[in-house]
Amino acid sequence: MFVTPAYAEEAAPAAAGDHAAQGETHAGTEVPAEGGHGGNTFPPFDPATFSSQLFWLVITFGLFYIFLKKVVMPRLGGILEVRSNRIAQDLDQAAKLKSEADAAVAAYEQELAEAKANANTIGQKSRDEAKAEAETARKSVEAGLEKKLAEAEERITAIKTSAMKDVGSIAETTASAILESLVGKADKAEVAAAVKAAR
Amino acid sequence: MAAADKVDPIHQFHINNIIPLNIGGYDVSFTNSALFMVVTVVLASGFLLLTTSGRALIPTRLQSVSEMSYEFVASMLRDSAGSHGMKFFPLVFSLFMFVLTANLLGLFPYFFTVTTHIIVTFALAALVICTVILYGFYKHGLGFLKLFVPSGVPAVLLPLVVAIEVISFLSRPISLSVRLFANMLAGHITLKVFAGFVVTLTSMGAVGIAGAVLPLIMTVAITALEILVAFLQAYVFAVLTCMYLNDAVHPGGH
Repeated sequence: MFVTPAYAEEAAPAAAGDHAAQGETHAGTEVPAEGGHGGNTFPPFDPATFSSQLFWLVITFGLFYIFLKKVVMPRLGGILEVRSNRIAQDLDQAAKLKSEADAAVAAYEQELAEAKANANTIGQKSRDEAKAEAETARKSVEAGLEKKLAEAEERITAIKTSAMKDVGSIAETTASAILESLVGKADKAEVAAAVKAAR
Repeated sequence: MAAADKVDPIHQFHINNIIPLNIGGYDVSFTNSALFMVVTVVLASGFLLLTTSGRALIPTRLQSVSEMSYEFVASMLRDSAGSHGMKFFPLVFSLFMFVLTANLLGLFPYFFTVTTHIIVTFALAALVICTVILYGFYKHGLGFLKLFVPSGVPAVLLPLVVAIEVISFLSRPISLSVRLFANMLAGHITLKVFAGFVVTLTSMGAVGIAGAVLPLIMTVAITALEILVAFLQAYVFAVLTCMYLNDAVHPGGH
């Protein structure tokens, strides 16, 4: 796969070298003394120096290419690959941990909801029980009170009737006592009849 | 001549032999140009190697510079040539690093700039174009020639369009190499001319020293600009390489 560029790299300067070498021999005959040592020719266009520049360029660049390809680039590529793998791995782990944390949060929230529901039912139950107890207690107290009220009313009526029964005799005695002190005598039957009529 | 050299803006481009060599009749002397090619390669390789030696999961600053340049070129190539183009990643990456390091290195005073010589930039451009042509024919056979025949063009216009396409293809190595070469050359000449003004003016007494402030400021500004150009031209070279390689990978896909 890498044969072609490598071959081309060797071939290219070599081909150019042949071409330049012809020019060099050509120029060498014309300006033998000045070539290579800076005569009147503009140095970059001095063909006398082409062959040596090409020769050393092929050697240095060739070695540079081989060195980079064989040593530097596998190493750099390796470093970058290891890093990207590591980053991907770390991201995976982070995602895993995050999903675990999410699951824990969800479980916690569910438990919390359950506990809340339990607390509600317990509260409701105890509230209902307390209400029922209070209701029965109230009812029994009310029943006792009503009984006492009825008894008291009964006694009041009894006292009232007995008191009303005594009123007649008290009035007769009082009336006859008044008559005796006024008239000197009193007919008990008449007094009784008069009291009865007044009542 | 030696005195004139100080302000001669062309002097910096001269190639001097360090170790004369001759193989098979060709002059292959080890020159200052060759020295700086070696320095460029050693510096770039050393930087990439040493900064990544830790292989740190969390990169150090220098390691992230290497990683950034790697990913920068990778995304550049993937964007223009797709995933099939990634087989040229070593080529594009080494071209980018080589040109960038050579450009930046050339900004140091007294340093030779490898990319100010047309033969070097032309060789690199030819390498790219030859890779495109060889891979194009290897992978697609004669189908590679579809590159020159855009689809959807009326038959009447076709010969004209094909001629234009062929000419534009042939001019690519020239434009690619001349762009880099000319930018670096012009920048270095400008820099040297303004710096030369400073030297000339300061030798003219107090008035000259006061007058030298202006070209000095220009020199500083142009140095900053040249750093930008060094990056920019390396980037442009790499981007165009990616686009040309895209033609080799997808010849019909205009």
